[in-house]
Amino acid sequence: MDKRLVVSPSPHVHGSLTTPRVMLDVVLALLPALAVSTWIFGWRVLGVTFVSVACCVVFEYLIQRFMLKGPLTISNWSAVVTGMLLAFNLPVSIPLWMVAVGALVAIGVGKMTFGGLGKNPFNPALVGRVFMLFSFPVAMTTFPQLADAATGATPLSAIKGALASGMTVHEALATVNWSYSDLLVGFKSGSFGEVSAIALVLGFVWLLVRRVITWHIPVYVLGTIIIFTGILWGVNPDAYMSPIFHILTGGALLGAIFMATDYVTSPMTHGGMLIYSIGIGVITVLIRIWGQYPEGMSFAILIMNSVVPLIDKYVRPRRFGAVRKAKA
Amino acid sequence: MLKTFPIGGIHPSESKISKDCRIEPMPLPAMVTIPLSQHIGTPSEAIVVKGDRVLTGQLIGRSSGFVSSNVHSSVTGTVMAVDTFVDQGGMRRPCITIQTEPDEWVPGIDLSGNVVRECNLSPAEIIAKVAAAGVVGMGGATFPTHVKLTVPTGKKAEYLIINGVECEPYLTDDYRVMMERGEEVLVGVSILARAIGVDRIMVGIENNKPDAIKHLAQLAPEIDSRIEVVPLKVCYPQGSEKHLIAALTGRQVPSGGLPIDVGAIVQNVGTALAVYEAVQKNKPLIERVVTVTGQSLVRQANLKVRIGTSVTDLIEYCGGLPADTGKVVAGGPMMGRAMARLDVPVVKGMSAVLVIPDESARRQSEQLCVRCGKCVSACPMGLEPYLLSKMVRKAMWNGAEAHNITDCIECGSCSWTCLSALPLLDYIRVGKAEVMRRIRARKGR
Repeated sequence: MDKRLVVSPSPHVHGSLTTPRVMLDVVLALLPALAVSTWIFGWRVLGVTFVSVACCVVFEYLIQRFMLKGPLTISNWSAVVTGMLLAFNLPVSIPLWMVAVGALVAIGVGKMTFGGLGKNPFNPALVGRVFMLFSFPVAMTTFPQLADAATGATPLSAIKGALASGMTVHEALATVNWSYSDLLVGFKSGSFGEVSAIALVLGFVWLLVRRVITWHIPVYVLGTIIIFTGILWGVNPDAYMSPIFHILTGGALLGAIFMATDYVTSPMTHGGMLIYSIGIGVITVLIRIWGQYPEGMSFAILIMNSVVPLIDKYVRPRRFGAVRKAKA
Repeated sequence: MLKTFPIGGIHPSESKISKDCRIEPMPLPAMVTIPLSQHIGTPSEAIVVKGDRVLTGQLIGRSSGFVSSNVHSSVTGTVMAVDTFVDQGGMRRPCITIQTEPDEWVPGIDLSGNVVRECNLSPAEIIAKVAAAGVVGMGGATFPTHVKLTVPTGKKAEYLIINGVECEPYLTDDYRVMMERGEEVLVGVSILARAIGVDRIMVGIENNKPDAIKHLAQLAPEIDSRIEVVPLKVCYPQGSEKHLIAALTGRQVPSGGLPIDVGAIVQNVGTALAVYEAVQKNKPLIERVVTVTGQSLVRQANLKVRIGTSVTDLIEYCGGLPADTGKVVAGGPMMGRAMARLDVPVVKGMSAVLVIPDESARRQSEQLCVRCGKCVSACPMGLEPYLLSKMVRKAMWNGAEAHNITDCIECGSCSWTCLSALPLLDYIRVGKAEVMRRIRARKGR
């Protein structure tokens, strides 16, 4: 037998999940939210998303081709995911040139300066988003008026403003024109990708079915928010909103399901994920209730991103047979 | 809830395409090459010379120490050479080659098909017979069985655990043995329990083999009422000794320890059959069931093969090597060894010959680690493969040792699950060998 055989160490088979396939699954998981947003806010949603995705992909290509002169990795879909997530965190009325600037910061500063996918310490889309929030504060907080809404304020900012002016929760709720079912479906103002709780949860189910992520981080983050706000609400329901309100508003679901679970910037072990997730939940609630901003999810994730290397250094997985060997 | 082991694990595609092929005896080959070392431990010493005529079942290589094993002629014929051959990995090994004639068995071997259930031998007599017959662990580890049955002083065996898990994809030899030789296997199990003096006997079988579970569970009460057949949740690498013990008893073998440290002795179903034949039939270990499989192969088979038959003969018998073959693996796809050459003999520990087509024989190109953490979740030992592989690349041996690199059982779950197709296990193997060398050097000083 003269056949030349391939010889390599085991294993000789490989699982079907690869980075491009996983990134594609994240894109698919984001589509329900994109569809609902387009239905609610109109076609401009698709325009903003397209510009964001196109800019992220082009910037990554140009940086790899002409500045890093390294291998091209745009075919792994990760820039598409960054582009979609950045767009989802923007108001629908955002000028398109600002989207391009945000994409440049997300890819250029957030991702490629560190060496590209796998090396970035912070979630690139959030780096772009927070940069835009500081640079274009008006455009980034001007949300569309829905139906017969009195203001374009998001539920979080409307309620926060009302409570700050001395109203009780009951009085504050009387000033708004949305119900909890609106929050669930998405009829509320806000960044266009974050509005529909149902669509985001549908995406979560897809990610779980495809084994892209595990349930740990989203459940821990949302659980922390529920427990923290639940305690406050239980102590004084006149001054603090219910946990359901906190879960259904702002970027809680989008952040917990799609941003906090970013592979690169989250811990490797389950124990680490727990610490990281609790941190995100606590910081989010602190900012929402006592901070300057109505929403704190982005900041909370970025802050906890910075702690991940430390968590990974000290939190080790549960080891098999980690008992002292009995002396014979 | 079905039982399984506590940490990590993966679920590769099962691909048991040969599971319905009944065990068929392979015709006698024209020549056999019987290696003198088919077990872990010191090689046996040849006791025949060129020109000798040997009978089927005759001792030709004598065990040369405590951890060693006898080797018998698997055929009748003339010894052509006591020489060396080049094994699948390219190493020269001592062997005896015999030209085959029609079978003439050593007197005293019971060749009848009737099952002998009664066994009144003492533990020492059983162990002596097992040692004489050259029985070794048939699951692939090939540790001499008589050594495993000799419980070290100060230790106590509480459980006999029989490994019918067969968690490797493609392999079906244990499954066929359980289905077709179930009664003999269980008699063998009962004899093993007698040899080590335990009352708790568990046969672990993964739930993807419901008919094997049913078959053995039906047979067990009439053979030995202590035998408990336990269905297990399908999860690789459950066939690992430590993980099977954990799945069945909840006890974890301590890091660096042996199964007996938690009172368990594990034997494979194929070994139980070999023990039955050795003790009840006086038949030495001269043949085994080998799964010959692969999507592109003309026909799948579970062959009863004489030890020393060339792998080439097995593949020819199953329709020849397909033109698109890229890799041939001795054993399963997760832990088997890729063969550099096929003119090598079947040995006691070879459970399968797996033919892999060219397009899936080559590895995918490596990408950058995206820190997905899947290797950490998959590792059944609770290690951090991404970190260990990085440490090995940077020659950080102390760090790798502190992160328990020596605990690695080389199951390949990390490499299998890696999104970026990184060869994590390759690095960990290299690091493990180096760290163990350093530990030995330190102890020697």
